[in-house]
Amino acid sequence: MNPTLHQVLVVFGVLFGLFGVGALLTWAERRLLALWQDRYGPNRVGPFGLLQVVADMIKIFSKEDWIPPFADKPVFVLAPLVIMVATLLSFAVVPFAPNIEIANLNIGLLFFLAMSSLSVYGVALAGWASNSKYALLGSLRAVGQMLSYEVFMGLALMGVVAQAGSFGLRDIVLAQRGLWFGVPQFIGLGIFFIAGLAETRRIPFDLPEAESELVAGFHTEYSGMKFAMFFLGEYIAITLIAALTVTLFLGGWLGPWLPPLVWFLLKTFCLVGLFILIRATLPRLRYDQLLELGWKRMLPLALLNLIVTGAVILWRKGV
Amino acid sequence: MFSILQSLWGVFQHTWRRRVTVQYPDRKRTLPPRWRGRIILSRDPDGAERCVACQLCAVACPVGCIALEAAEDEHGRRYPEFFRINFSRCIFCGYCEEACPTCAIQLTPDNEMGEYHRAGLVYEKNDLLIAGQGKHHGYNFYRVAGLQIGGKDKGAAENERPPSDVRSLMP
Amino acid sequence: MITVYVENQPYPVEPGDRNLLAVCLSLGFDLPYFCWHPALHSVGACRQCAVKLFKDESDTQGRLIMACMTPVKDGMRISIADPEAAAFRAGVVEWLMVNHPHDCPVCDEGGECHLQDMTVMTGHVRRRYRFTKRTHRNQDLGPFINHEMNRCIQCYRCLRFYRDYAGGRDFDVMGWHDDVYFGRHADGALENEFSGNLVEVCPTGVFTDKTMKPHPVRKWNLQTAPSICVHCGLGCNTLAGERYGKLRRILSRYNPNVNGYFLCDRGRFGYEFVNSPRRLRQPCLRGADGDRPAVGPAAAVARVAGIIRGGKAIGIGSPRGSLEGNFALRELVGPDRFFHGVPDRELELVRLALALARQGTAPLASLQEAAACDAVFVLGEDVTNTAPMLALALRQAVRHKPAELATRQRIHAWDSLAIRDAGQQAQGPCFIATADQTRLDDIATATYRAAPDDLARLGFAVAHALDPSSPDVPNLPPDLAAWAQRAADGLKAGQRPLVVAGTGGASAALLPAAANIAWALIKAGRPAQLCLTVPECNSLGSALLDGGGLESALAALRQGDVDTVVVLENDLYRRLPAAAAAELLAARHVIVLDHLATATTAAAEVVLPAATFAESSGTLVNNEGRAQRFFQVFVPEDGIRASWRWLADLIVAAGRAPAAPWRNLDELLSALSAAMPVFKDLRAVAPPADFRMDGQKIPRQPPRYSGRTAMTVHRDIHEPQPPDDADTPLAFSMEGQPGHPPPALIQRYWAPGWNSAQALNKFQQEVGGPLQGDAPGRRLLAAAAGAAPPYFADVPPAFAARAGEWLFLPAHHIYGAEELSSVSAGVAQRAPRPTVTVNDGEAERLGWAEGREVQVSVGDTVQRLPVKRSAQLPAGVAALPAGLSGQPWLPLPAWGKISTPSIPPVGGASATLRSMPSLRSTSSPASAPSAHSANQAPVPPGRRPGLQAGSSPSVREVPA
Repeated sequence: MNPTLHQVLVVFGVLFGLFGVGALLTWAERRLLALWQDRYGPNRVGPFGLLQVVADMIKIFSKEDWIPPFADKPVFVLAPLVIMVATLLSFAVVPFAPNIEIANLNIGLLFFLAMSSLSVYGVALAGWASNSKYALLGSLRAVGQMLSYEVFMGLALMGVVAQAGSFGLRDIVLAQRGLWFGVPQFIGLGIFFIAGLAETRRIPFDLPEAESELVAGFHTEYSGMKFAMFFLGEYIAITLIAALTVTLFLGGWLGPWLPPLVWFLLKTFCLVGLFILIRATLPRLRYDQLLELGWKRMLPLALLNLIVTGAVILWRKGV
Repeated sequence: MFSILQSLWGVFQHTWRRRVTVQYPDRKRTLPPRWRGRIILSRDPDGAERCVACQLCAVACPVGCIALEAAEDEHGRRYPEFFRINFSRCIFCGYCEEACPTCAIQLTPDNEMGEYHRAGLVYEKNDLLIAGQGKHHGYNFYRVAGLQIGGKDKGAAENERPPSDVRSLMP
Repeated sequence: MITVYVENQPYPVEPGDRNLLAVCLSLGFDLPYFCWHPALHSVGACRQCAVKLFKDESDTQGRLIMACMTPVKDGMRISIADPEAAAFRAGVVEWLMVNHPHDCPVCDEGGECHLQDMTVMTGHVRRRYRFTKRTHRNQDLGPFINHEMNRCIQCYRCLRFYRDYAGGRDFDVMGWHDDVYFGRHADGALENEFSGNLVEVCPTGVFTDKTMKPHPVRKWNLQTAPSICVHCGLGCNTLAGERYGKLRRILSRYNPNVNGYFLCDRGRFGYEFVNSPRRLRQPCLRGADGDRPAVGPAAAVARVAGIIRGGKAIGIGSPRGSLEGNFALRELVGPDRFFHGVPDRELELVRLALALARQGTAPLASLQEAAACDAVFVLGEDVTNTAPMLALALRQAVRHKPAELATRQRIHAWDSLAIRDAGQQAQGPCFIATADQTRLDDIATATYRAAPDDLARLGFAVAHALDPSSPDVPNLPPDLAAWAQRAADGLKAGQRPLVVAGTGGASAALLPAAANIAWALIKAGRPAQLCLTVPECNSLGSALLDGGGLESALAALRQGDVDTVVVLENDLYRRLPAAAAAELLAARHVIVLDHLATATTAAAEVVLPAATFAESSGTLVNNEGRAQRFFQVFVPEDGIRASWRWLADLIVAAGRAPAAPWRNLDELLSALSAAMPVFKDLRAVAPPADFRMDGQKIPRQPPRYSGRTAMTVHRDIHEPQPPDDADTPLAFSMEGQPGHPPPALIQRYWAPGWNSAQALNKFQQEVGGPLQGDAPGRRLLAAAAGAAPPYFADVPPAFAARAGEWLFLPAHHIYGAEELSSVSAGVAQRAPRPTVTVNDGEAERLGWAEGREVQVSVGDTVQRLPVKRSAQLPAGVAALPAGLSGQPWLPLPAWGKISTPSIPPVGGASATLRSMPSLRSTSSPASAPSAHSANQAPVPPGRRPGLQAGSSPSVREVPA
């Protein structure tokens, strides 16, 4: 196949695939939550309620695109875009399968970390531009939370990098052919996953949205399409964190019998399911508990993990 | 940490549980008789309107969705000339039923009153009045009250002596 | 200040002769009571106000006393909350409830019932008595009062009000032990003019308002506003309540300077005209075909503006319209083209009353001042029928004497039963000189019956007896001189004498005579007061504006410079002879603003529906010159607007002013007070529209107003926004400051735990005293200071009867004489049948039995009326009903003839039944009286009206 055509197909496949996944996750989350709460969830529209997604889309597209008169209009419009774009861009470096990858950067991991940091802007700008106290409080919380958790998120990955000897994600996957990094780096896996929950502002770290205190946090004033973009951004971010966890710790596309892409998607959606199971189970943390967990527990643990990993690698090299 | 995992596992176990949801339009539950649904006006055992238009339900209503006007027939019996409930405002709190001294206004288990137009939710006396006594059987306010109405003379109510003759000198 | 200890806490109390109950209530304590009433005082009948009295601080036992029968003393220690006292009170209520029927849901008193309040207050919640209840048959007490005797708790308040306070005789208590009955000896309307107060006096639902009974409304569902009664010139304060766009009832609004706690039946039950089917509800224009379809307000205003722009309009004001309406009309047509809507004669009388108030030394008495007087002289006025509440005040005036006798025996002033026993039949001096018997004769020391001019002569004679420098009356018969001397002595003996006269007495000489008496008393060092009645609610106020009366308007029309007549709230057929009214209404354009369809509106080219007192806010000036504000109760749903708003629109549309001269009531009042100095205080009558309590308006609806999301949804599912009120600080809403507003704005009486009208106690500075805050209303007139004016000297000649003719006097009647109230169903039912009253002796001689139909001709007007014989009306004088609906207007007093009709009326239809305006006056040459004039025996010349003091069983003689 023409490599250019292949590349174009991959790019659009990933883009529309992600949109599809994001949309479907709105349905899947409701169904799974219902499942774990002994309910049915949306089951009236189409088979298994699958067309609920379509119904929701019709509804959300036909809603008035309302911008509050007190909002900072350009920034207000920009904020959801920033989140969407930053999250989507991260997928550029994710190797879905040996031959399905948009860009094989040798600093792929750093690119992901950079992009996930950018999405903080989206939240901060949304809260600021809304010009409402709930939104501002929500975005302040989000900024504090995401900056804190990014620190050890990066540190937790350094063990993997050290073991694989590369920042390139393809190399990292290939380096797990013997043993998934999830086994030696189980601490890094745990820390990365927790940090990922915080980065995506999911329960139990959904303080920026905290419905019971802040109405809806940073997106209080959003409705219609812009609100949908926030939500799509969140679901794609969940998928991203799941995909990266799979790539970095759970052997990426590697696996017996099944085609690589299937293995990748299977592992990814299991993790997405775990995200939703956590939402169904855990209550929200208090803000001080959140920061304490980050700075006092996770950060030292990540450093310890890095030191031990480094020591073990050096020891094995026989220095 | 362990308890979190335990909880996750516990929640995950719900995957195999029975659903509690009743698939409503396909299957319907039997609602208890004291369910607070559509409001009706009942009749007393003699088949006459129980409502005496005392306006207590209206004043008890926290959203003010009951409006009525009292009137009196030629024999002194009170009844509502009109009795209107705006169900588009009703919150089905049941205060009207609690306030009613004659057991006339009652809430029923019927709750399927959806309308495409709000105006359809305005119920007049004709829409509210039922043929029977509703939940409270046997109560007839005028059998207890001292008021004289058609068919019941003074002193003919329960626990009443016949009207006294003030001109009598008997002790 | 003395100190009273309640629950061991010291409270400062004004020293004075007061009972403990009044003191406790004044201090704000909730102490239950039934039989006590601030105006009726104590009898200690109900045993409900029991409290514990302790000897001193070491006394822990105490003893139960009745607070209402215990005088307050310095250092007194009582306990209201004492368990024994509380249990006693709960027990008393439980006994009272033993026979009380299970009626509250169908009782009109429910929700504002003193018995309910007191039962809750004492904590009696469960019925233990399980035996049978005693029942009673009810009586039909007429169109005003509903009777439900089962509910009675035997507090005796009704009896004490009806008999002792209001002087009624046809109501009493019957039976004995636990079986007493309050009622009449047989079914029938309560005769007393103040029977409506039983509704408020009765602590429970024995007496309820029958006019509201067809559609009872609870107190919490009424939208209420403070108002002023429009049915006579006294300006009693009322509370008017509305529900579903209809005025539902009138309650008395306490004003310690005017009506106090009570109202007359005309004022209380005359409100129904507001809901009358005769109400004009849309503007109407007469088309080319004579038909008058309803049109929108814009079309009506445009049409009228086009007419008025011609510039040849005159305005005819109204004595029953507000000051604002009259002033707006005056601004529309110009001051020199504004005429008062009353005959010149009546206008002159009212202006004379005004002059007496301004120039004389005797101040005009308010109703409460009249009640405080201790010697009364009524000259020529049938007070009960022309100014009913004044009669109630006079009844109180004569009760000072027994109270004084009792005080000498060290009986407390509030111990009403003891006073009654001590005073026995004693009554203060009250001299009544009128043409015919009056309803006040039972309290008269002496009465005198004569023709109006003779009454005036008597008045001059009394003044002369008081002060010989006042003009003497020539040819005064000696017995009359003795009567005058006795009256003079009686008045002089009083500490606060009062002279009552008015415009209803039909003689221009009566007012000067009354003034002479008052001035003579002042000269003799007595603080005498004058009380002058005026015919209508704003007679005095509108007379303060310049301009002539109706005859002047007619003259202006005849001069030809007038092509348009604008009539404000006036039925000219009730003010002028039919021919004159028709002439005035035959102008090229006639524009009428009024409430009701009348003969005048029937003749109009444009009819604009004017708001009544309940639908607009405005100012009325009562008979003592007190300007008082009435407030809009509700917003009518039709095209009805306040007259002054119509007129303001017309002023703009007719090009008289570039913009609306007044956009709201306050701007109009400012313009009015700037235009005439007498009105300078007008804005101070009540708080202005921007007045706020805690930044909020005062709600017209109680916090429990119900049905607001269902009242209108049958028409439109979207609930309307409450209308804005730009004129007053009151809101058509339940939102606002629920506290105690200033007295002029009190819209209802309610306090926590006090749902009945007795909550008023919480609004007074002290029970029975002034209200908290500035007194409502402002007196615009003040008596002149300094030298006494010269006495009036034009003593009229003695009345000379004419052979074959009678002097017809107007006989006023409380029900029916007033235009608006007579439209109300209840009042109309009590209205008398039109009769012609003649002297008993004359009727005997002419062979006229009571009820015999005769033909009465006054001027061109001939009517057939049944004869009513009066033992007291002087010979040569006859009385015709004044203002009775369906009767032609007559320029009374006037000379006329009575004859027996030659042919009975065809089909038995009496002329008196015809009410069509065109048929009102019958100028019938066919029924010439000459045929039977021979039947009439001439009145012997020189015949003089008799003195009747002591000659009638109804007149009591009290040695002065």
